[in-house]
Amino acid sequence: MGYDIEQMKAFAKQLRHDIVDMINFDKGRVGHLGGSCSMADIVAALYCYKMNYDPKDYKKADRDRLVFSKGHAVIVQYAALCELGVLEKEEINTLKILGSRLQGHPESQKTPGVEANTGSLGQGLSIGLGMALGFKLDGLDSKAYVVMGDGELAEGQIWEAAMAAARFKCNNLIGIVDANGVQANGKLVDRFDQGDQVAKFKAFGWNVIELDGHNMEEICKALDAADECKDKPTVLYAHTVKGKGVSFAEGNHKFHNGALTEEQFYQAHKDIDAM
Amino acid sequence: MAEMASLRNAYGETLVELGKDNKNIVDLEADLGGSTMGVLFEKAYPDRFFEMGIAEADMASTAAGLAFTGKVPFFGSFAVFVPGRCYDQIRTGICIPSLNVKICGSSAGLSDYGDGATHQSIDDIGLMRGLPNMEVFIPVDANQTKAIVKYMAANNGPMYIRINRNPLPVLTAEDEEFVPGKVYCMKDGKDATIFAYGVMVSKALEAAEILEKKGISVRVVNVPSIKPIDADQVAAYANDVNLTIDEHSIYGGLGDVICAILAEKKPCKVKKYGVNDEFGCSAMNYDELLVEYGFTPEKIAEALETFRG
Repeated sequence: MGYDIEQMKAFAKQLRHDIVDMINFDKGRVGHLGGSCSMADIVAALYCYKMNYDPKDYKKADRDRLVFSKGHAVIVQYAALCELGVLEKEEINTLKILGSRLQGHPESQKTPGVEANTGSLGQGLSIGLGMALGFKLDGLDSKAYVVMGDGELAEGQIWEAAMAAARFKCNNLIGIVDANGVQANGKLVDRFDQGDQVAKFKAFGWNVIELDGHNMEEICKALDAADECKDKPTVLYAHTVKGKGVSFAEGNHKFHNGALTEEQFYQAHKDIDAM
Repeated sequence: MAEMASLRNAYGETLVELGKDNKNIVDLEADLGGSTMGVLFEKAYPDRFFEMGIAEADMASTAAGLAFTGKVPFFGSFAVFVPGRCYDQIRTGICIPSLNVKICGSSAGLSDYGDGATHQSIDDIGLMRGLPNMEVFIPVDANQTKAIVKYMAANNGPMYIRINRNPLPVLTAEDEEFVPGKVYCMKDGKDATIFAYGVMVSKALEAAEILEKKGISVRVVNVPSIKPIDADQVAAYANDVNLTIDEHSIYGGLGDVICAILAEKKPCKVKKYGVNDEFGCSAMNYDELLVEYGFTPEKIAEALETFRG
């Protein structure tokens, strides 16, 4: 969509502001701040740079699809859809409100621009695989991008899908692991150490690209490199910081899903401004 | 004796027939295509067939993804595994968005007689009918299987078809259109009504014959559409005394559906006959197992007669 690197960085920054605005400090509202902020840069690069996507024609048949398998972090996708005009900008204030299009987890039938229903973890890579197979049947060049959490990789279905995608040589399926190292109850290494996730993807027959998930140049380069692989699915293993940009939330599992105080709300905006 | 025909073959053959004109139909299997007869589709249209390996959860969600690109995916396995091993994938990925995905639970009920409790689905109807947006169908014979599969392919939304492993008597006419929700009076009677589906309809018809000789006139109603179901029609066919037969647990199956309808529309006596909150077991053949669980015309007749008092 013709954004340069600086514009994409600004877009990502705006996504983080939107995330904080969505969670706000209203009584009763909690939100998944950490795992949404860790994906803001990659989501910016996908919509602004990489994906074949037209916000004015968001249902066009040959569009690329972005599926949040880690459905709880969909608020970063809502933010992008609001900024791009697929959703109304004012809807940022409606997260989880009764009757809102912005549900706690993604619902394709309720929210324009949301491509699949996820939230029960481990299912999105399979859904992306089905999309990738469908694109091939239709002779489309479209791609399915699927964002997974590193904690989510404990779900066995991810590895069923990984096997199947390699077997079907789905080079049009791009997995993105948000490797922020923190799950709901603490650090992965402390709670449930999964070992070498990169080696696992390689063993399952995937092309693996490791990157810094907060370096815009690197992100764009990795997304382009994924296109070069013709006979395998690619996973971008993105090293990220949970809560990136919000000082008190960085690497802190308490902001996996939680409420913000009024003070934290203003602090978060200040931190993001200073990025 | 009615002619016997395979419902599984009817399923596979109908998919092949429909796939000829509808290029959007795709089939996914988890290494049991030779049992569900998805193998026929594989032979006819290898490009639109996906062997997903022994991985039912992935198969279900992959079907969802295909539906998001406009395909009409059918996926199947034994009914204990589909839906049993992919309930949450069906719930979250398919039913919440009401995707156009078709699910086949094959070798259902006790019909996989040899493989025992692990392979005999006595809970799948309950699982599927509890899901919003899901439609649940059980064909009585090969002809109705064909009609139901045609309906499934032609109409939007998630649907579950439950198919018996063994050849069953042909009780319906060829090319009779399937109407979801409709129940079918297979034999009329004035003293009691039996509601049944699948293989149990022929057992009920035989039970009715036994009772007829004792002067009890029994109506037999085939219920191939568990959900939706025409409640007014059910109430109209109900008698003061009714028996439901489930090749399924008495919890969650047809019995519960009929009781709920009649409690509201026509309070009356209903006896739920079925698998009594227990699992299945291995046997050397289907008939032997049906005898073990009381699914014989004699036992059914006896149960109705006793209940009637």
